[in-house]
Amino acid sequence: MLLDVQDLTVSFHSRDGVNEAVRGISFGLEKGKTLAIVGESGSGKSVTSMALTKLLPPKPMCQVSGVARLGGKSLLDLPEKEMRSVRGKGIAYIFQEPSTSLNPYYTVGSQIAEALKYHRDDVSDIGKEVVRLLDQVGIRDPENRAKDYPHQMSGGMKQRVMIAIALACQPSILVADEPTTALDVTIEAQIINLLRDLRQRLDMSIILITHNFGIVDGFADDIAVMFRGEIVEAGPAEKVLVDPEHPYAQALIKCIPKMGAKRERLPVVDYSKLEAG
Amino acid sequence: MSNENSEEKPLLQVRDLSVTYEARRGAFIKRSEFIHAVKRVSFEARKGTTLGLVGESGSGKSTIGKAILRLAPIESGSIKYDGQELTGLDESAFLPYRKRIQTIFQDPYASMNPRHSIASIVAEPLKVHAPEMGKQDRKDRVAELLEKVGLRADSMNRYPHQFSGGQRQRICVARALSSKPEFIICDECVSALDVSVQAQIVNLLQDLQDELGITYLFIAHDLAVVEHICDEALVMELGEIVEQGPTDRLYRSPEHPYTQSLLDAVPKMPTLVGSDQI
Repeated sequence: MLLDVQDLTVSFHSRDGVNEAVRGISFGLEKGKTLAIVGESGSGKSVTSMALTKLLPPKPMCQVSGVARLGGKSLLDLPEKEMRSVRGKGIAYIFQEPSTSLNPYYTVGSQIAEALKYHRDDVSDIGKEVVRLLDQVGIRDPENRAKDYPHQMSGGMKQRVMIAIALACQPSILVADEPTTALDVTIEAQIINLLRDLRQRLDMSIILITHNFGIVDGFADDIAVMFRGEIVEAGPAEKVLVDPEHPYAQALIKCIPKMGAKRERLPVVDYSKLEAG
Repeated sequence: MSNENSEEKPLLQVRDLSVTYEARRGAFIKRSEFIHAVKRVSFEARKGTTLGLVGESGSGKSTIGKAILRLAPIESGSIKYDGQELTGLDESAFLPYRKRIQTIFQDPYASMNPRHSIASIVAEPLKVHAPEMGKQDRKDRVAELLEKVGLRADSMNRYPHQFSGGQRQRICVARALSSKPEFIICDECVSALDVSVQAQIVNLLQDLQDELGITYLFIAHDLAVVEHICDEALVMELGEIVEQGPTDRLYRSPEHPYTQSLLDAVPKMPTLVGSDQI
């Protein structure tokens, strides 16, 4: 098991009280596999992924407990110095909004080079590696596009640059947190295809965080469905998609608008029923 | 939701509409570049129906919505609403149409003033379009609107940050409804929402249409949602309409390669399609 998470709990403490965002969840990820964490806003899926590399606020605002092992290394009690080598190399992230993740004052090439400088001692010609990475994520004319600033690129291209930065560190796990939510359908399809292709070529593990079952189907090997901080359903993708047991997982799949379906009312998630049950 | 009486005159009639933005470039020597966002576009929307407008970012679909409300510089063409030509009207003559045509935007976080209470946000159009209304009447109307969109009437004393994204979008719907419009432009109004919340808002829009006979111009890039809600759709690419027609026909047998490529990009869901989950 490449990543093994047991009983992970994350709670935020504020003047208004304690908010348990993640309540004792456990999951694992094998090398080369893709795990999709599906749930709606506030279900704790992003917090889960950020807890793994301590990207959350420090104590006492935020308390994290449980065990998370990455290749035998215990992540949750790692000192900050060692954590820096896990971020990027162990687990790299791409987020939803590529334009807020990139610095508008630097060229995209220099932002990829920054990741190389910190995480890759083995690269002698950084410029050449930047071009290779841009080429790998499917950016045409990479020599010239490396000199572009973020505003000169489209949303889809910026997301490709974000993927290039993540890949620069040669991570064992790539966390894609809603990577296509801000993008058009056509671009979404391109980015998902790119991730699929890279996973195969680089034998990389992916954690895909999303609210949309539509992009999970055909991409993930395993699915964990989160609701109010808990994993309510987990298992192989075919099982969860075709025969979900938990009513929330069932409702979430049913409310995706389908192509070819006539104009009926969309089924909605009945929260009052879920809370009672 | 299609209207049986298709013989009647269209509510909105757009002819050869072109919108051009001027962009000034250069630090010292200014030069103007013209961006033709919308090029000679023609379409009509029938009363009580939903017209979809699909295309990628930058295809000009939002610009059309803005042009109808005079938020974009119209270069040429005509926009007829209920038989009246809107282009060329002066601002005071146009004001009644601002009451009849409302809009709901994509981001429910950015489209409300965080310092205003829900009551003042929802009542804002009333202040402009029904200034004669008394304070208590206005309050009653806001309560009625909030209940109509599925919120509690006492939400009116709260502030936007106390609501979730889906609830905020409901508030935006209530605000749009407050001036009793006949026509609502929904500009990507469900794109930023979770799938589960999206379903609720789509259902709400459909219920309101059945109840009040509102006409929608539904701008979106998600083709599955458009198929679900729209009677007819326009497909835009680079400022031009490349294909239009009833959604059934458009999705079953697209004629333009761009429509085909948009349809191909919709997630295939190989496991879900064919299972009895669908």
